[in-house]
Amino acid sequence: MTIFEKSVKGRKGFKLPEGSVSFEGKDLPDHLIRTRKLALPELSELDVVRHYTELASKNYSVDKGFYPLGSCTMKYNPKLNEFLASLEGFTEIHPYQPVETVQGALQLMYELKEALCEITGMDEISLQPAAGAHGELTGMLIVRAYHLSRNDTKRNVALVPDSAHGTNPASAAMAGFEVVELKSTKDGLLDVEELKKHLNDRVAVLMLTNPNTLGLFEKDILEIAKLVHEAGALLYYDGANLNAIMGRFRPGDMGFDVVHLNLHKTFSTPHGMGGPGSGPVGVKQFLARFLPVPLVRKSKDGSYYLDYDLPESIGRMRSFYGNFSVLVKAYAYILTMGEDGLKRASEMAVLNANYLRKLLSKYFKVASERTCMHEFVVDGSEFVKKTGVRILDVAKRLLDYGVHAPTVYFPLIVHEAMMIEPTETESKQTLDQFAEIMGKIVDEAINNPDLVKSAPHNTPVKRLDDVTATKNPIYRYQ
Amino acid sequence: MKKFAKTHEWVKVDGKLAVVGISNHAQEKLGDVVYVDLPQVGKVVKKGEVFMSVESVKAASDIYAPVSGKIVEVNEKLSNQPELINKDAEGEGWLVKIEMTNPDELSDLLDEEAYRRFCEEEG
Amino acid sequence: MRRKVNVFPYIPHTEQEVQEMLKVIGFESIEDLYRDVPMTVRRLNLPKGLDEFTVTRMVKQLSEKNVVVEKEKVFAGAGIYVHHIPYVVKSIVSRPEFVTAYTPYQAEVSQGTLQALFEYQTMICELTGMEVANSSMYDGASALAEAVLMAHRINGRTKVLMSEAVHPEYVQTCKTYARGFDLQFVSIAVDENGSTDLKLLANFIDAESCAVVVQQPNFFGIIEDLRRVREVAKDLVLIVVAEPISLSLLEPPGSFGADIVVGDGQPLGIPPNFGGPTVGFFATLEKYVRKMPGRIIGQTKDAEGKTGYVMILQTREQHIRRGKATSNICTNHALMALTNAVYMSLMGPEGLREIAERSYANAHYLAQRLEEKGFKLKFKGPFFNEFVFVVPEDYERLWRELFNEGFLAPLPLAWFDERYRGLALACATEVNTKESIERLLDAMERGLK
Repeated sequence: MTIFEKSVKGRKGFKLPEGSVSFEGKDLPDHLIRTRKLALPELSELDVVRHYTELASKNYSVDKGFYPLGSCTMKYNPKLNEFLASLEGFTEIHPYQPVETVQGALQLMYELKEALCEITGMDEISLQPAAGAHGELTGMLIVRAYHLSRNDTKRNVALVPDSAHGTNPASAAMAGFEVVELKSTKDGLLDVEELKKHLNDRVAVLMLTNPNTLGLFEKDILEIAKLVHEAGALLYYDGANLNAIMGRFRPGDMGFDVVHLNLHKTFSTPHGMGGPGSGPVGVKQFLARFLPVPLVRKSKDGSYYLDYDLPESIGRMRSFYGNFSVLVKAYAYILTMGEDGLKRASEMAVLNANYLRKLLSKYFKVASERTCMHEFVVDGSEFVKKTGVRILDVAKRLLDYGVHAPTVYFPLIVHEAMMIEPTETESKQTLDQFAEIMGKIVDEAINNPDLVKSAPHNTPVKRLDDVTATKNPIYRYQ
Repeated sequence: MKKFAKTHEWVKVDGKLAVVGISNHAQEKLGDVVYVDLPQVGKVVKKGEVFMSVESVKAASDIYAPVSGKIVEVNEKLSNQPELINKDAEGEGWLVKIEMTNPDELSDLLDEEAYRRFCEEEG
Repeated sequence: MRRKVNVFPYIPHTEQEVQEMLKVIGFESIEDLYRDVPMTVRRLNLPKGLDEFTVTRMVKQLSEKNVVVEKEKVFAGAGIYVHHIPYVVKSIVSRPEFVTAYTPYQAEVSQGTLQALFEYQTMICELTGMEVANSSMYDGASALAEAVLMAHRINGRTKVLMSEAVHPEYVQTCKTYARGFDLQFVSIAVDENGSTDLKLLANFIDAESCAVVVQQPNFFGIIEDLRRVREVAKDLVLIVVAEPISLSLLEPPGSFGADIVVGDGQPLGIPPNFGGPTVGFFATLEKYVRKMPGRIIGQTKDAEGKTGYVMILQTREQHIRRGKATSNICTNHALMALTNAVYMSLMGPEGLREIAERSYANAHYLAQRLEEKGFKLKFKGPFFNEFVFVVPEDYERLWRELFNEGFLAPLPLAWFDERYRGLALACATEVNTKESIERLLDAMERGLK
């Protein structure tokens, strides 16, 4: 039942203090006063609590169980960080307060920025972008501004591997670039020969993630960086997979010029059903002047301020300074983990992935023979041929066992793909259990395929009809 | 007699007009069609260029013009019944009719048998 | 002597488990996992990890270095507004089933998320008077930028006529997003009423004009006459940036034929948060839905005929369309949209209207009292809960003194644009009282002496 159907006219869910001034509205022109019905629900506080409690009970979440979504890094979201972000000194400050009165906030942002520079090997960072894709767009606009500043107007092409996350070409296109896809090797790595063929004076940037979306480290990265730079282009790092190398290797040391981070992945801030996240953008010094305004800086006397004096800045990517509450959580996480914890986290993430990969290789072909990093891809095409059961069905059947399915049908270069990222916060038992469940489902696919094809059976709703939903869309309650 | 492009469109010649659609093989791979982005009548298309798209829930397929010319008719039925493409991709599910400017381009296309072999090889 | 056991927060592995797992993989040590990586390990130059209690102390100290102004003494808005937020809002949106859930790609185990966002979309449609809304953007500024790009997709034209009275940060954001496209921006000044000068607007409309953008109420607090704006804007895409609380009192842009309505949902249950995260809402007409960015939730049935919800029209989005997507947006601000929905559910139409009326009443009382004290209002037009008044040259000094007395006083508009020197933007909501207004005026009088 929707919340609207629970509405009872006249119900109220709140009580305001006594008003001291009465409303007259004399100067409002008649035709501008609302007469159109505003059909919001009328409910008591308990009605609202019960409704959302019921909705909550229908949701899977990290707190509930394993979420092995590739490239999403569904690690545990520390409760401490939720508490710290909710401190009044952080939630009640207005962005237009004078900087002297928000020194704590600015100090936090500055120190976070410094830590992220150290972690990535970059020289300056903007905390403004609200999400990874937002950071990618920011980075792409910086690349564009850089080339234009050198009167190099021909560079309109962005090279993107065919294994890349969809936001990469989408962000490049939004920044005005023509996107050219590079075919990967059969191992799923960047094909250096392909790259050489495409590098010319029209290329502005190569977008990469390392490890790539198959969880494989681009072992030719130093050569790739050299080739790209020699051709006069820049190298962009999609930080979605930073959890594999954090504390051990740095994109800045591999030759990347622009980097974006996903605080809601690598740095444990919660996904919140799809957001808010935060996508800081880091650059090497020669690009710092293009960063969005304002930047958080520290003056000689030790106080912090907002620097708007960047005449070559690409401008603003949003209002105000960034997703501040999310920044607080990432800051607390970095303090908690420290240099040793961050390194341990990425090591355990890689250990977990390789261990699970070994366990699952009993049931599925793994897309690459190489040692993976924090995630790996399973190629389900043989399984599908043998059993007639699709990877989509396996994903749905996993839900019956109380586990969230991994990412399916991505990356696009692997057929019937399942991309699995356990993260370091999962224990060996969880991984053993998951492998066991997969074994059971493979058995079912062979002996009782209809059970898997018609899954899920034990979830709040059964398999949903998304064909009719898209063909005859219902966008709202009427 | 139908001819096929390697990008899975079919062409049936009707005088000066080329009736164009996507092959049965293509509709199978696409899944349930939910929306057809029909082009405007009068649009000029060039062989090999994308001129419209066909969407399922999980994919959007770009359609490449198998011949050059001007679009003189579109299959309006597809606005309300996109599923015609799944039901009868090579018949009732036709997409557009193009007035050809260069009928010689047809010789570059595959005949039915050659197309069938091509699909098998593609895997 | 007891051996110190190294504890790594949130990481469960014991040394023994690590060894067992390495054995299964066929490696001897953790270093073996990185055999394929041709780079040397570089230890981070950061302090070692800390315990929870130390982290709490450090972060709390930072929060205490910020000055929090008492709610009733806040008289500044300009895009972030202080309202009363019932505690139950925080309680509901803090539930881990919402906070730690992922994007609802596996719909069958995300019905909580999907239904909550479907309901949110419905509420936004009701507020704005539009036909379809998405399930959130980052903030009002980026939502407006995306609306401008969408308008360009709709008619292919390139000139955007932007009212001068759209929030300056929103305008800047639009211009940044437009860098990837060949768009031009023309600023349309306001008249002596403080609303967009429609004669000027009409003069600037030509064959290349793509869209008209106005804010309601506008940056100066003035209520725009949307009926007249729509007339003047003819067949251009009309984009309205709306403040959500005011929509309970004012006839919504949908009633006047707006094509796209965007805005920031911060006033609906979200505290100031130092400017973020807030949430952008985005609503349009059904005929444009395939050109709209962002995730859209639709209603459907499951295999047993039960009502359920799924993401629809995903072929607009980046994970399918990649370089041809309507936008690159992936992560949105779903949890903040949930906050809006919870707040609106508690308030209902009557509650929102009451808050709007009180905000209006307090602002008008403040304006009247300022005029009685000798300050002049800058504009003659009708306003909602913000207004501009004339201040002395050294108002910034007075403003800082007022802050030291605990007031977040009306903002010096010179901070936004030098052209506005000598003007201040005042704001009042239901949190202000007669008493706090009198005390502000009192402090202002003293400061000016």
